[in-house]
Amino acid sequence: MSFLRASSPHAHAANNTTKVMQTVLLATLPGLLALTVFFGPGSIINILLALIFCLAGEALVLRLRKRPLGFYLRDYSAAVTAVLLGLALPPYCPWWVVMVASVSAIIIAKQLYGGMGYNPFNPAMVGYVVVLISFPLQMSQWPSPASLLESLPSISASISQVFTGQGLDAYTSATALDIVKQNNSQLISQVYADSDLLRSGSLAGAGWEWVNLGFLMGGLYLLYKKVFTWHAPVAMLASLSLFALLGYDSGSSQSGGSLSLHLFSGATMLGAFFIITDPVSSAVSNKGRLIFGAAVGALVYLIRVLGNYPDAVAFAVLLMNFAAPFIDYYTVPRSYGHAKPRKATEKQEP
Amino acid sequence: MSQLIYPLRGGVHPPENKQQSLQSPLRRLAIPGELVFPLAQHIGAPAKAVVEIGDRVLAGQMIAEPNGPFSAAIHASTSGTVSAIEARPIPHASGLWGDCIVVAADGKDESIDFVGCENPFKIDHESLIEKIRHAGIAGMGGAGFPSAVKLNPPPNNNIDTLIINGTECEPYITADDVLMQERSEDIIRGCTLLAHILNGPDRILIGVEDNKPKAIAALEQSLLKLAAEDLPGIDRVQVVSFPTKYPSGGEKQLIQILTGKEVPSGGLPAHIGIVVQNVGTTVAIWEAIKHGKPLIERITTVVGESLKEQGNAIVKLGSPSQFVLEQFGFQEKSCARLIAGGPMMGFSLPDSRAPIVKTSNCLLVPSHQEMPDPAPAQACIRCGHCAEACPAGLLPQQLYWYAQAKEHDRLLAHNLMDCIECGACSFVCPSSIPLVQYYRASKGEIRQAEIEKEKSDRSRQRFEFRQKRIERAEAEKEAKRLARKKAAEAAKAKAAANAGAAKTAPAADPVAAAMARVQAQQSDPAEQLAKLERAVNNARNRLNSAEEKWQQAEGDQKAKLESRFKQAQLRLQDAESKLHDFKQQSAGQNPAPSNPTSASPTTPLNIDSDDPIERAKAKAQQRLSMSPLEKAENNLSSLNDRLKKAQEKASEADDDKRAAMEAAVEKLKQKKTSLEKEIDELKAQAPLKENTATAETPVDPNSIDDPIERAKAKAMQRLNMSPAEKLQNSLQALQTRLAKAEEKAASADEDRRPAMQAAVEKLQEKIKTVEQEITEFKAQEEPAKPAESANESSGIPLDAASAAIEKAKAKAAAQAQMSDSEKHAAQVESLQQRIQKAQQRLDKATEEGNDNVDAFRLGLEKLQAKLKELESE
Repeated sequence: MSFLRASSPHAHAANNTTKVMQTVLLATLPGLLALTVFFGPGSIINILLALIFCLAGEALVLRLRKRPLGFYLRDYSAAVTAVLLGLALPPYCPWWVVMVASVSAIIIAKQLYGGMGYNPFNPAMVGYVVVLISFPLQMSQWPSPASLLESLPSISASISQVFTGQGLDAYTSATALDIVKQNNSQLISQVYADSDLLRSGSLAGAGWEWVNLGFLMGGLYLLYKKVFTWHAPVAMLASLSLFALLGYDSGSSQSGGSLSLHLFSGATMLGAFFIITDPVSSAVSNKGRLIFGAAVGALVYLIRVLGNYPDAVAFAVLLMNFAAPFIDYYTVPRSYGHAKPRKATEKQEP
Repeated sequence: MSQLIYPLRGGVHPPENKQQSLQSPLRRLAIPGELVFPLAQHIGAPAKAVVEIGDRVLAGQMIAEPNGPFSAAIHASTSGTVSAIEARPIPHASGLWGDCIVVAADGKDESIDFVGCENPFKIDHESLIEKIRHAGIAGMGGAGFPSAVKLNPPPNNNIDTLIINGTECEPYITADDVLMQERSEDIIRGCTLLAHILNGPDRILIGVEDNKPKAIAALEQSLLKLAAEDLPGIDRVQVVSFPTKYPSGGEKQLIQILTGKEVPSGGLPAHIGIVVQNVGTTVAIWEAIKHGKPLIERITTVVGESLKEQGNAIVKLGSPSQFVLEQFGFQEKSCARLIAGGPMMGFSLPDSRAPIVKTSNCLLVPSHQEMPDPAPAQACIRCGHCAEACPAGLLPQQLYWYAQAKEHDRLLAHNLMDCIECGACSFVCPSSIPLVQYYRASKGEIRQAEIEKEKSDRSRQRFEFRQKRIERAEAEKEAKRLARKKAAEAAKAKAAANAGAAKTAPAADPVAAAMARVQAQQSDPAEQLAKLERAVNNARNRLNSAEEKWQQAEGDQKAKLESRFKQAQLRLQDAESKLHDFKQQSAGQNPAPSNPTSASPTTPLNIDSDDPIERAKAKAQQRLSMSPLEKAENNLSSLNDRLKKAQEKASEADDDKRAAMEAAVEKLKQKKTSLEKEIDELKAQAPLKENTATAETPVDPNSIDDPIERAKAKAMQRLNMSPAEKLQNSLQALQTRLAKAEEKAASADEDRRPAMQAAVEKLQEKIKTVEQEITEFKAQEEPAKPAESANESSGIPLDAASAAIEKAKAKAAAQAQMSDSEKHAAQVESLQQRIQKAQQRLDKATEEGNDNVDAFRLGLEKLQAKLKELESE
């Protein structure tokens, strides 16, 4: 009898892409929980809408490309994109904003480049930036945390807000980063004293600090599960901290904001553990990931403090996505038996 | 002293699955009815069969001998008859069949007498290596590297560390584990013997992973026990255990773990003073030397869920896998695949008839649950798990990209060739991509491409050599032909020269030959006669023209021309008297040559000939032999003619044409004055002898009438000019053009005037730029020639253009100051140099098969002709 002919290795570790993606989804739960507790059901609605649009978009393109739907949808990569997008978008934003973001993310940023594994840019961040630039009004309406509202928005009111634009009254307020940025030449301590949001928080504004702590928790879980290495997140947080410390100048009106503000507000932790760790669009070697993460951290700080946008993770990540292949060329690790690393662009003598 | 352990980079922890085969004790398998011995069981050349079909063989009898140094012998493992020597399924990754010696066992298991030795440590190195070679021992860990080669490292590599590899990092396999437990004493003895063969390295390390505590204990016990015996070097033996991690057992990885050193890429462990041997090989070598028993059996792990029992067995080499599996209750239907070796690096066998060979450490027959079919590969998400797992420090996902794109340069730059194919990357890949398979395929492609490149390089070289050979042959032929031609010419010259020519032998060297010819001509009375006659002719011509001019000239000119006419008369007389003397002389010596014209090709042709071609030729020849002064004078006479005619015409012309005519007359007059000036200058510079008409003497091109000749002269002049001179020249030309243009503009009618003026302006502009250039050029040259600039600033106008003129004049004067002989010598020398260069170029071109060979040869011949001409003067 003839036996199966297969190439070694014949053994395979019990991991697969689907499991990796499921783990990532699981790890977003603490952050989502914090978002829901402090800002109401808006983020859940976002995620559900994004899931629908993303999976539908993925299925559409897969059908056009004549690929087996089940095999590709089951890898959960579209779901991860949808969830990250839903988390990143402001709660209660109109449904069509979510739709545009989802379509941009899945169809343009992912499938048009060849689908999973071939996208040079992080799809969720592309979707986010598209709507951020296209619909600045809708994208700047962040809800106030529950502690500053009389009550959390009800589910029915939330749904009608998302689909009709009516249902919630005066639910929005400036985010912590907005407030510090628009400080009207006040000292940081004055800004904190004037702002309910900042005053009621202990790290970086009510609600936001908990959301970031939630994502930090999820990120640590992923590190523990060895879904990614520590290099990129640690490098990003370290460089962001360094810049924040250098730019704080103990709270003048020109100050860039405190360390805790930068680490625990906005999308810092979401970015550090869920966005820049996207393996497809970041650098491949550990050294490359250190460089990648550090550069993202620096860009986040610079754009936050000097740029027009109060939060900068999406722009910083996309900018560094451009640079990732370049970083890869110059961070090829030293191989066994070689005195030093070879250049990735080295050519053989003809 | 405990041995330091260095960390292994990367690596994975696959399920060990070692317990299954350790449940039952080691057993000895029965003898199968038929044994199959592949001739290629090792790396290197396949062995050469030394038995024939029908021969009876005994256990331990050599049935195939090593074919060259990089090979190993093969021995029958039991007694029987050779039934076939043919292609059979062999355990090879390709699944291809290979030549095998098939022995039908007779079941008696009769053996040859093994001749051992009392003390192997007293045997010399060469004999030990030879014994190992003849015992057919090849690496039993899986690679099958002939041990005799490995134990005989290049003499310049001093081996300081011997490593005995008992790592056995592959899951499932326990053959070495069992061996270490059962034969620990022989391992210790064996490694001291290996150390003896390797000239006593400083350290002997037995490396064992820490998941084999029994083996480690057994080895350490034996080490203690044997320490009492008198084994040389046993005090340097150490058993080292280290954490379990795949692939610690790879040779390079084990070296890194035990010594911290890395084998250089593309190098051998011996290059860093290390030799690694497997524990099984160590025992086999000990047995071969101490007891004289060749390698005819080994311990093989037989494991997998499609067996009723699993365990280790001492198997006679050549036993078919099917037979071995059946001894363990093989259930073929539940078997997912048949793997020779472990699950990480073993290869699947398509055919269970493939026999157990020297490298068969394991037969793995997993069930479908145990080893399901590989999952379909998903897209690479560049998670980097593979890079973390890679023990060689590669970037597997990048290699995968480049392997897909077949970018061989990039693959090599990413060190694909350092991949040890351990399979760690494929093992961890969440997308189930068969990475190692891609690398193996790419390595194959690259090797194939290299082989093809080498082949094409070689055939190209062959082609080029052939071309060169052909060209060389042709060049030789050509040279011979030339030599023959030269010889013939020389012979001809000799015949003509009679007595004097005896000295000049026909020379193969063209320069020498040319010189010989020149010499011959100089001593040839016919030549001399012809020369003299030519001189007389020239003088007469000049006299005639001078007379004509004198008669035509008026006023001041007349006096000048008169004196010139008289000079010419004197010269003619001189030439005629010389000719006369010579004729008398030669008439006195020997009868005049019967046909002087045919003997001397340079004899002037008849200028008054009726045939126009003949006449033109004669004129050209005359011109060629003219000195510049003569040429100028010639020009002057023709100018005079033209002037006269123009004046006549002008007087006859009607009014509207008269202006133009007068302008033309004016122009001619100008030319004439300039020409006359030139003639004076020439005369002042170099009172030329009548018979020295040197083509190389700088000629003022404007003074030559023939347009082609003029162009040639101009070109020649340009070639000799320095950049500043060139600029100066163009400035002059522009100025004349400007003058002409101004004239024209003045004489032109109303409607054409603007165009003319525009042209004049343009020219003026051009002159300005040229002047500027000259200034710039001078400025550049200034620092280089401070002395000269000092001279210039002392008296001569600072204007850059006039300075350049001064310089050119100075140069001309310097040239004029050179005596004629000096000039001549210089010219000959330079010509000879040029000839030499041309010859070199021609030689090179012939060698290379250049298309320009003919052109070069023509150029050379021209140069030679010139030299000849020059030297004849």
